[in-house]
Amino acid sequence: MSRLLVYLIPLAVIAAFVVMARYERRLAHDPTHRGFFERNGTVLGLVFIGLVAFWMLMLVVLPYLYMVQESFHPKLVAADRGGPKDILTLDQYRSFFIQPTDGEVNTTHLWAFFFTLAISALVTFLNFAICYPLAYYMAQAGSAQKVRLLMLALIVPYWVNEILRAFSLRLLLASKGLINQMLMGVGLTDAPIDFLGNNVGLYVGLSYAYLLVMVFPLYNAIESLDKNQIEAARDLGASWFRIHKDVVIPYAKPGIASGCTMVFMLSAGSLAAPQFLGGPRTLWFTSIVYDFFFQAFNWPRGAAYAFILLAACIALVLLMLRLFKVSLGEAIK
Amino acid sequence: MSADVELDRVTVRFGQFTAVSGASLKIAGGEFFSFLGPSGCGKTTILRTVSGFLDPSEGAVRIAGQDMTGIGPNKRPTALIFQNLALFPLMTVAENITYGLRVRGMSKADRMKKADELLSLIALPGQGGKLVSELSGGQRQRVAIARALAVEPKVLLLDEPLSALDLKLRQHMRTELRAIQQRVGITFIYITHDQGEALTMSDRIAVMNNGVIEQIGDGKVVYDAPKTAFVASFVGGNNPFPGHVSKADASGAVIDTPFGPLRGRNPMGVKAGDKAILFVRPEALRLGKGAPDATITSTVLSVAFEGNASHIFLKGAAKKDITLTVGRLERVTIPEQGVEAQVTYDPDLGLVLPEGSMARE
Amino acid sequence: MSSQTINKVMIGFYVFLFFAYLFGPLLVMSVTAFNTPSYPAAYPLEGFTLDWFVKLWNHKAMMQGLVNSIIIGIGVICVSVPVGLAASIVMNQIYHRARSLYYLVTVSPVLTPGVIIGISTVIFWRDFSEMTGTRGVFYKGIVLAIFGQSSFIAAYCLLIISARLQRFDRAQEEAALDLGASYPQVFWHILLPFLKPALISAAVIAFLSSFENYNTTTFAILADKTLVTVLAGEVRQGTTPALSALAVIIIVISLLGAIAYEIMKRHEERRSAKLAEQAKRAERGELAQGPALAAPA
Repeated sequence: MSRLLVYLIPLAVIAAFVVMARYERRLAHDPTHRGFFERNGTVLGLVFIGLVAFWMLMLVVLPYLYMVQESFHPKLVAADRGGPKDILTLDQYRSFFIQPTDGEVNTTHLWAFFFTLAISALVTFLNFAICYPLAYYMAQAGSAQKVRLLMLALIVPYWVNEILRAFSLRLLLASKGLINQMLMGVGLTDAPIDFLGNNVGLYVGLSYAYLLVMVFPLYNAIESLDKNQIEAARDLGASWFRIHKDVVIPYAKPGIASGCTMVFMLSAGSLAAPQFLGGPRTLWFTSIVYDFFFQAFNWPRGAAYAFILLAACIALVLLMLRLFKVSLGEAIK
Repeated sequence: MSADVELDRVTVRFGQFTAVSGASLKIAGGEFFSFLGPSGCGKTTILRTVSGFLDPSEGAVRIAGQDMTGIGPNKRPTALIFQNLALFPLMTVAENITYGLRVRGMSKADRMKKADELLSLIALPGQGGKLVSELSGGQRQRVAIARALAVEPKVLLLDEPLSALDLKLRQHMRTELRAIQQRVGITFIYITHDQGEALTMSDRIAVMNNGVIEQIGDGKVVYDAPKTAFVASFVGGNNPFPGHVSKADASGAVIDTPFGPLRGRNPMGVKAGDKAILFVRPEALRLGKGAPDATITSTVLSVAFEGNASHIFLKGAAKKDITLTVGRLERVTIPEQGVEAQVTYDPDLGLVLPEGSMARE
Repeated sequence: MSSQTINKVMIGFYVFLFFAYLFGPLLVMSVTAFNTPSYPAAYPLEGFTLDWFVKLWNHKAMMQGLVNSIIIGIGVICVSVPVGLAASIVMNQIYHRARSLYYLVTVSPVLTPGVIIGISTVIFWRDFSEMTGTRGVFYKGIVLAIFGQSSFIAAYCLLIISARLQRFDRAQEEAALDLGASYPQVFWHILLPFLKPALISAAVIAFLSSFENYNTTTFAILADKTLVTVLAGEVRQGTTPALSALAVIIIVISLLGAIAYEIMKRHEERRSAKLAEQAKRAERGELAQGPALAAPA
């Protein structure tokens, strides 16, 4: 029963919206106003709205609400769904804190949760530090041709699938890999360093995977800065450190926020890097979700965990935005 | 085929702001009619209301007697030449010109024939295959005009079409536009802030300020017989002498000014005690002494030589200087800077008008 | 050495390091594709071989996955580009105070972890297709992968098309209307041709994003496979230079694509410069001649 309620929510929101819009329009007469169907013709208008409705309802909102809704149900066989055993319950969420098998605190999952978030934050910061100088250089580079070439040089590696990229890093960092070969060959170490086992491979992999995602928003933000401001600051005697701290970074804050948000979310939700670059003891929260689906076939619990992850990420991102005084609207661009 | 256009108490409001207020006039079929005024006066709004992109908040627009309320821009017998021309960059010149015919279902062969006709009309024969970006500014203007004429509108509307061109080209185009209008014979409604354009091209002009039509008349009427202070100061240069009316009757009025009493004609019937302004054109002022109520004594501030004329600037009463224009070949001695000079005028050429806002400098 | 030169050297060195970090692993991997050892090694270079490429070609599962990936890619284009176009036009015309909310909702799939999109797609369509009796049609790996991927790829298309749509000169729409076109005619004759470059970009991006997607597809594809999921399975099981071979192929294709793009861009620039030059010449000629139409016929 509750499953059907899910369909009502978006419809109610849309209805409320349309009513509000009609009311506002009646208040202020705008002589240039043309109705939506008048502007596009009835057929086209219907097609447009139909496509958008299909996308928003069927591909985004309803599936998402449905998944949230599913997380409040117990794990059931297909036959039992909709029947008397199908009740609303918080069990799945509780299982995140208390293991259902033995009633003990779910230390593994809790640890994985915090680990995932912390590492994602670390990777975000790392990527920012790496990408900022390049983005700045690109924004100041000058000719459109040079910038275009740099962009192509940045994009080409990303056309290689992320799995292959993770694979290539694994080759480099494995015990028999090139880096260990070099280190031993030069004599810096005697035995191969287990980069993969101690998670260094994971950190590098995550950072590597999302460099591009950080560079572009930074580049866009810095590029729109009037070069004269930097000149003026230099003219007034500011050191390069102060120029960046006082002029460039504050101006580029929305771009920085945008890049950091994306890297953080992508990193926390990453599957490939932890799967292929993590050591045997690595516990990545998203991998746990994956396992619930493909190994335990416990979809409701997987859904609950997925929702917890999403909620935590959003909360953290909003908190960061508030801390650095960037509004949501600016960051989205 | 042309049609008359009537504005019947048209008012256009955007929220709290009134762009056009109570505009009423009749434009005869085949007339070249201009709306003249500074930016923000409402002339663009009127044009867009006539063409159908705006609905009037009150009043109605009638074309050839038919009420256009509720009829969209694509169904009106009007064609608009946009300020930035709005030619279609992805289409060739011929495709641009015949676009209106294409949407009316004309066959491709017929369209190509019409394109050739129109290309000859605008003196661009054989250039139909070019892209718009290959043409010069003047050529693009003509393509825009041809495109509009192709749909055989009853009224052609032009939105400051010459303002983006440079000076020499603008002067060319004035003559060309007038020639086209006379050849094709349809009603032209032209808006501009340049009074030179309006005066040289139009049959009649409507002078607008702040959404209100201040005066309608042909060039000479609007220049020689302005009815309001705004029209007097906007159309051509003018010297204002504000003050109170001391004497007034149908033949003339006298104003008390810091330069003493000054007399002029009284076409608007101001009465004694009213606040009014005496206007005298720079070309109407002469050096020398005249009648005691038509002479001004002041200091020469500067003299500017402009080729065929010299402008002498004298200290005025308020913030505005007095300008006197002397033709190059007139036999007068131009006074030097700093000298006190006497200036006079024929009182019949002075105009006393009720006080009102004047054109900004 | 002046501080300017030191600066330049440091910057150059930094850029070099950055791109070394970026390209390094890929270069190493490419080398292993040609090296004989069955455990991919870049050093020492034991022997040059193309064996691994042949092994790749014979890998049945991967070839099947490739076919599926292409089918899904085309499906995603067919869904995302029209949806992105419609969403972009609606956003342009929507009541403007609703616009930010609309924007937020439509772009949110981009930020949502692919895992969640995949999971929610499967859960929803499982029950929906059961409820409506369309299980045979919708509850299929390929279809669900298309749906799941389209949910955020349509957002990419929306962004790409909107960027172009915002630069549309409304005056052209008005000119067309003024000449008598109906609104649908304006859409087909004026707006779509203008948007064409953006539509093509969106289609290319849609296909590429779909092809290389892992997080969402891995859930949505159910029992089927795409090239990427097969790849993931292989990588998880072991390490063979055949995978490096695949990477080399992809890199070569990307490089060719990039070079082709650059050549196209340069050609276009030269062309518009030539047209502008012609326009200027026409302008000068015209001023010299005088009014063309003054004398009535």
